[in-house]
Amino acid sequence: MRDTATILPLTAESLAFEADGKRLIDRVDLTVGRAERIAFIGPNGAGKTLTLRMLHGLLAPTAGTVRWSRDDGTVAGRKRHAMVFQKPVMLRRTARANVVHALAAAGHGRGEAADRAEAVLRRFGLDRLAARPARLLSGGEQQRLAIARAAALEPELLFLDEPSSALDPGATRQVEEMLGELHAAGVALVFATHDLGQARRIADRIVMFHKGRVVESGRTANVLDRPETAEAKAFVSGELLW
Amino acid sequence: MADGAFASALSMILTLDAEFVGIVGLSLRVTLAAVLIAAVIGMPLGALLAMYRFPGRGILIVVVNALMGLPPVVAGLIVYLTLSRSGPLGALGMLFTPTAMIVAQTILVLPIVIALTRQVVDELWSEYRDHLTSLGQTGIAAVPTLLFDARYPLGIALLAGFGRASAEVGAVMIVGGNIAHHTRMMTTAIALETSKGDLALALGLGIVLLCLTFSINVVVYGASRVGRQMAG
Repeated sequence: MRDTATILPLTAESLAFEADGKRLIDRVDLTVGRAERIAFIGPNGAGKTLTLRMLHGLLAPTAGTVRWSRDDGTVAGRKRHAMVFQKPVMLRRTARANVVHALAAAGHGRGEAADRAEAVLRRFGLDRLAARPARLLSGGEQQRLAIARAAALEPELLFLDEPSSALDPGATRQVEEMLGELHAAGVALVFATHDLGQARRIADRIVMFHKGRVVESGRTANVLDRPETAEAKAFVSGELLW
Repeated sequence: MADGAFASALSMILTLDAEFVGIVGLSLRVTLAAVLIAAVIGMPLGALLAMYRFPGRGILIVVVNALMGLPPVVAGLIVYLTLSRSGPLGALGMLFTPTAMIVAQTILVLPIVIALTRQVVDELWSEYRDHLTSLGQTGIAAVPTLLFDARYPLGIALLAGFGRASAEVGAVMIVGGNIAHHTRMMTTAIALETSKGDLALALGLGIVLLCLTFSINVVVYGASRVGRQMAG
């Protein structure tokens, strides 16, 4: 039974990250509420992935804070936010064992982890792949498995770094359907994407990054149809921004 | 002469000659124990060496890699000096026992296990780090996952260690003393029996050693194929 305590809203204040004397992320402020869907857009190197990594706790900001409404994003000792990477990381074991491993790492007993893994694979139509070595699945299947594995942890917030960047339209559609199902179940989504169509299809809000800073943010339709800043206008009109 | 010796060697193998079986059995026991101990110590150390960055790490990696080529007689000499009556562990009375041979062989196999584990885990860790960190598996907590996922290449590393230990003669000769029915191994027996002109026993043991080497290579080949099929 899911604990009713929530880790959201997530608040990032004046988030900054420097490496080799260069400021890569500069004063990013952001709030993620319950069941929100936020797309990070912007050119390569704009700071989308770095920001996702700092929010998820993979990278410590050099300045600013990431604050959850409870502790460090955990409830009852379990992390309530998960992340799916651009290139899905598949352990050298079966699809089922990949999910079981994630659940066991989160503190679930072996038996319970196995039952939950079966249930989540069935839920997302991946049960026929359960016994296959995960690394031998197609790119689309691996990404769906990575999302299912993250979903098995019952996160309140799921970070995704360009979840369909290397996928064909059919596989992208399947991934988006999974994200739609997760959102319908109350999971907040924060994802980086270069695909403005995907941002329009999924996101409630858009945050546009350029050169490590947030240059524009707002409701999806406003940012994509009526951008205010020169950078956002150039980006959504398809100009090559760098 | 050689034909007669070869026939006698085959007869020794087929009839499971007691002395012959004793030597083969002791060799396998000593070598397997050494590989097991080296695995228990070396695999976690190799994994940690792959995962952690600290001052002097590069030098340590070079030293471990260099020790893979440690001459067996030098390993034997070190163990001999340590276990001899005037040595720091002389009071244990381990010199010229199978235990001393296990220690010597462990010293030979350990660098192989550490170095190959580090190499395999290094690649895995760079691939898995974000995912495992995301799951809260950092530092030592990640080691079991990494070692499990490296199971096929690590199995091959252990077989390489087994191959080196089972074929070496210098270290076990020095610390075991090649005492009949006590510390006589296949390699030391071959050296002794050849010098005595008793080619039958030497040939028989040589055939077993060759079969062992061949079997190891078959298993290594099979394991790498299975690894590719099962783990991707």
